Amino acid sequence: MLHMLADVGYQPDWPAVLRVGFMRDAFIGGTLVALASGLIGYFVVIRRDAFAAHALGHIGFPGATLAVLTGIPVTLGLALFCVGGALAIGALGKQAASREVSTGTILSAATGLGILFASLASENTGAVTSVLFGNLLAISHSQIFTFTVFTAALAIVLVIIGRPLLFASVAPDVAEAKGVRVQPLGIAFLVLLALAVTMAVQVVGTLLLFALVVTPAAAALAITARPAFVIALGTGIGLVCVWLGLIMAVMFNLPPSFCIVTLAFLIWIVTLATTGAQRRRVRPGGTPRAAAVVNPPSAGTLPASHLEPASSVGGIGQRGR
Amino acid sequence: MTDAIALDDVTAARGGTVIWSEGTFTISTGTIVGVIGPNGSGKTTLLEMILGLLLPASGRFAVLGDAPHRGNARVGYVPQNYASETGTGVRSRDLVTLGRTGTRWGVGGRSGEDRAAVDAALAEVSATDLAPRRVSQLSGGQQQRVAIAQALVGDPDLLLLDEPFANLDVHNQHEIVELLRSLRESRGVTILVVAHDLNSLLSVLDGAVYLLDGHAHYGAIGDVVDSALLSHLYDTPIKVVRTAQGDLFTRS
Repeated sequence: MLHMLADVGYQPDWPAVLRVGFMRDAFIGGTLVALASGLIGYFVVIRRDAFAAHALGHIGFPGATLAVLTGIPVTLGLALFCVGGALAIGALGKQAASREVSTGTILSAATGLGILFASLASENTGAVTSVLFGNLLAISHSQIFTFTVFTAALAIVLVIIGRPLLFASVAPDVAEAKGVRVQPLGIAFLVLLALAVTMAVQVVGTLLLFALVVTPAAAALAITARPAFVIALGTGIGLVCVWLGLIMAVMFNLPPSFCIVTLAFLIWIVTLATTGAQRRRVRPGGTPRAAAVVNPPSAGTLPASHLEPASSVGGIGQRGR
Repeated sequence: MTDAIALDDVTAARGGTVIWSEGTFTISTGTIVGVIGPNGSGKTTLLEMILGLLLPASGRFAVLGDAPHRGNARVGYVPQNYASETGTGVRSRDLVTLGRTGTRWGVGGRSGEDRAAVDAALAEVSATDLAPRRVSQLSGGQQQRVAIAQALVGDPDLLLLDEPFANLDVHNQHEIVELLRSLRESRGVTILVVAHDLNSLLSVLDGAVYLLDGHAHYGAIGDVVDSALLSHLYDTPIKVVRTAQGDLFTRS
């Protein structure tokens, strides 16, 4: 058994490896993705749209495998499918109660298509694995160029639409009445998210991109509620995860995706544990909200604490409607 | 002075289905008016028409002397289920600020004037101390006050509230009623309140729009609080009981 693990372990030559060209490219690519994810991640969490982020990663999967099959750049295939998926999810409308079901159905249909393309491109399983789990160490100069363009576009558009988008996200009915075009903004948001997802898939993969696009912002939102601070802190957490993750990966010869995702998870869990305890102390009247639920939980019902709005932990994956 | 709202033979329809018709009434500036009627009678529809989100199928409709239009800065709006519709991860202050700056593109440009207006709106609803707190940490009554501050920060001449008393206990209902009373006095603002239950509002209402049998009517409060009318409206016997404080009506 042990000899199978022989490659994993402390690598004394890690400082030298960090200076190699492909590592420098990995740092640049990872940095760009962390920046884009931090910018869009705040809106994902505040809109409780985490499931859309997760789904877009899977919707990108057939795009990437089709690209492998046909020989076009993976980034192009991913971007086409992600943006297409964003437009489809956006067209479903924010208020549709069945949107999660529709999104999930599109997600599984896309994943099925991805499996078909992957099996057709069977002589290229390495490339397919890269799509599922990411391969930051194999990032190319053309990918870095595309990432730079995507990140710049995302930043510029968010600077322009950020405030009305936030208004439409936190008070959609009031925003609509005030003349904000809520649905077109929602679609614009999803397209920007699709760009971030396109990049994140290539760093941590379809299956793990949640950790880069959503988790840092969720951790940041648990610490502060000021929009600009959440964006800055979330971006910072993402950068720390990518940089330390890459160093850890080289130091111990571990997959970078594993290191990045694990760091994000650890930061998130520590943040939640510390801010959660703090928040319970400062609740108005000193009583946790669960205690104020009128109907006490009876046998066979969920404990009231399960009904706590997910917002106190950043609203991940729950819509609370 | 022009009336705050004037309807002349207005029909409200959605997707070709008439919701109510023959709406002919005026609401005077500086009054507090209830909008009552059974579920599905078109109360929220009336608000949507005032906000310009839904056009009248026929008839003449004037809001503050103009045709209703979306993005009317003179109309403040507090929607139903405000708190559950709201991203609760923002601070009260951010929410109120968005009521003033949320329609502007780009960053920056938040002036001292904006900040002062936000401070004033929060103070007006006694929510100054709530400003740094997350909306998710506020009680239902506090959330409702912040929502009203978000509507007030635009300095409206007309304030619309959709079911502001849903999920509020009697004490908080009373506080909101007193707030509406003081807003009418200090600002001279016209206030429309959609409410299921008139009881908590009765002491402050000047009149009510009631949606009865597919038609919209307006009556002074003394005429609306009538046993026969309310019983017909809610299709259940309602007795009007007069107390020393004012009118109360109860189911019997």
